[in-house]
Amino acid sequence: MMARLSAGLSRRGAILLAVLFVVLLSAPFVVHDYLLTVLILILYFAYAGQAWNIMMGFAGQLSLGHAIYIGLGAYVAATLFIRFGVSPWLGLLGAIPVAAACGAIIGFLAFRFRVAGVYFAILTIAFAEFARIGFDHLDFVNASGGLFLPVKQNVHSDPWLLRGDPRMFYYVILLATSLLFIVCHLLLRSRVGYFWLAIREDEQAARATGIDTFRYKMYAVMVSAAATSFAGVFYAFFYNNLFPEQVFSISRSIEIILGPIIGGVGTLFGPILGAFVLTGLAEVLNSAMTSFGIEVPGVTQVFYGICLLLVVAGLPDGVWPPLARLLRVSTSKK
Amino acid sequence: MSSLLRLESVSKRFRGLVAVDQVSFAVTRGEIFAVIGPNGAGKTTLFNLIAGAMAPDGGSIVFADQPIQGLPADVICRRGLARTFQIVRPFPALSVEDNVTIGALQRHRDVEAARTRARTLLEQLDLFDKRHRLAATLTLPDRKRLEVARALATEPQLLLLDEVMAGLRPTETDRMVAILRALNRDSGLTILLIEHVMRAVMALASRVLVLDHGTAIASGAPEAVVRDPAVVQSYLGVEAI
Repeated sequence: MMARLSAGLSRRGAILLAVLFVVLLSAPFVVHDYLLTVLILILYFAYAGQAWNIMMGFAGQLSLGHAIYIGLGAYVAATLFIRFGVSPWLGLLGAIPVAAACGAIIGFLAFRFRVAGVYFAILTIAFAEFARIGFDHLDFVNASGGLFLPVKQNVHSDPWLLRGDPRMFYYVILLATSLLFIVCHLLLRSRVGYFWLAIREDEQAARATGIDTFRYKMYAVMVSAAATSFAGVFYAFFYNNLFPEQVFSISRSIEIILGPIIGGVGTLFGPILGAFVLTGLAEVLNSAMTSFGIEVPGVTQVFYGICLLLVVAGLPDGVWPPLARLLRVSTSKK
Repeated sequence: MSSLLRLESVSKRFRGLVAVDQVSFAVTRGEIFAVIGPNGAGKTTLFNLIAGAMAPDGGSIVFADQPIQGLPADVICRRGLARTFQIVRPFPALSVEDNVTIGALQRHRDVEAARTRARTLLEQLDLFDKRHRLAATLTLPDRKRLEVARALATEPQLLLLDEVMAGLRPTETDRMVAILRALNRDSGLTILLIEHVMRAVMALASRVLVLDHGTAIASGAPEAVVRDPAVVQSYLGVEAI
């Protein structure tokens, strides 16, 4: 097991990774609450980007509607909590199969009827929009009125019910992001991972090599959807409110894929780096402008746009591959 | 010897055009069989029908005593019939070794076992030293051998080679011929090849089928076929002999 974990990781890479982890682990003791909230946001995007990357970066299937899995995860866990007082961790056990099943339906329709490339991406948007409008009219979850999670003013954090201060949320998302990173690392080095890469590279050649492409594309969508649903659960319990217009919105889908695109699609570290670069720099920009007394609505989006332009034009593989070469850590596989 | 692959009146039409018309032949276990013919004769279409890239409109294809016509390409590959593409299609952004490992993973569930198998094949095909290179950076002859290695990694009983010599220089052709002949001799691998390079066909094939306008116009030993007047007329031209 340890051998598999360290496979493909240079000594240097392992040390850098360990240092990063320790820094992140001790961050809450150093930084103040506002910065901690920014870090939570960064890790949330790193997690969601990593989950999306399983589908696009590994198996080459472009989803522009991942908000549907975030929304489903959020709604399943929040509803169970509000109505029955069920812990979000048990709620996650409900959210994962729901999101995976939804991914399976979208995947089945697309792959069975050979909807590929841009048309597949449009199909994923259509499903997310369909869910948004559907939940907007679903009285069981209070339709467009939204859901509100009760906030208890207690001194102690309760990790079992995910009620507490930012520090608790920080550790939860740090743990989740680290776990998903390890899972993705193992997946990429597994039989399934190799078949995904083959499909991403050349689907027809993959079939000729004996790979049941339908089956492995279905796995990719379902694993990605299941992983993304946790981001939804976290979203609901961190923000304490949930509106279909927000959680299923297309901008939710777009913002989670910016990180991996900036960082490097298909790389393990790209989504994490991308989240730090984008969200981190956007926050720096915001606070700088606030301190100068300038207020321009939408400046973050403009900033995202500029970042995307620069990366697409200058570093089409993302920031991570050249940075990895610079740091001399392994990049043997995309 | 029993036949490993048998085609019975196989046909394929593209709208008005009959690309493959009632073609029948059988490949014996352990032999090297070549399909030749001018451009547009229907060779690649015939290949695609056998390998499952498309389904025939009529006729039957029997492989290892099982009908395979109309089965998907991946199922046919797992049954033991592997192919290469006329225009090579390795997985470009993956390393040479990973390309072959993916093929070997069809027979090995364990990645390390598949990788070991891949390395053996890379040695056989003179690609071992380049195993860490990305497939996209290889030269054409290397990419052609990489495709053969990847197909072999799926441990086929029958290897389908679609113009694997095309674009190779004579010395490279000889190298490929030597490799294929060794594979056939040492492991008893049956090979079906489509080929334009007559030099390779004459050196390798024990039997030849000639296609023209979708129909089989001649078949038999290569020496006899190249003297067949119909073949000379339609394909080879007088000066080729």
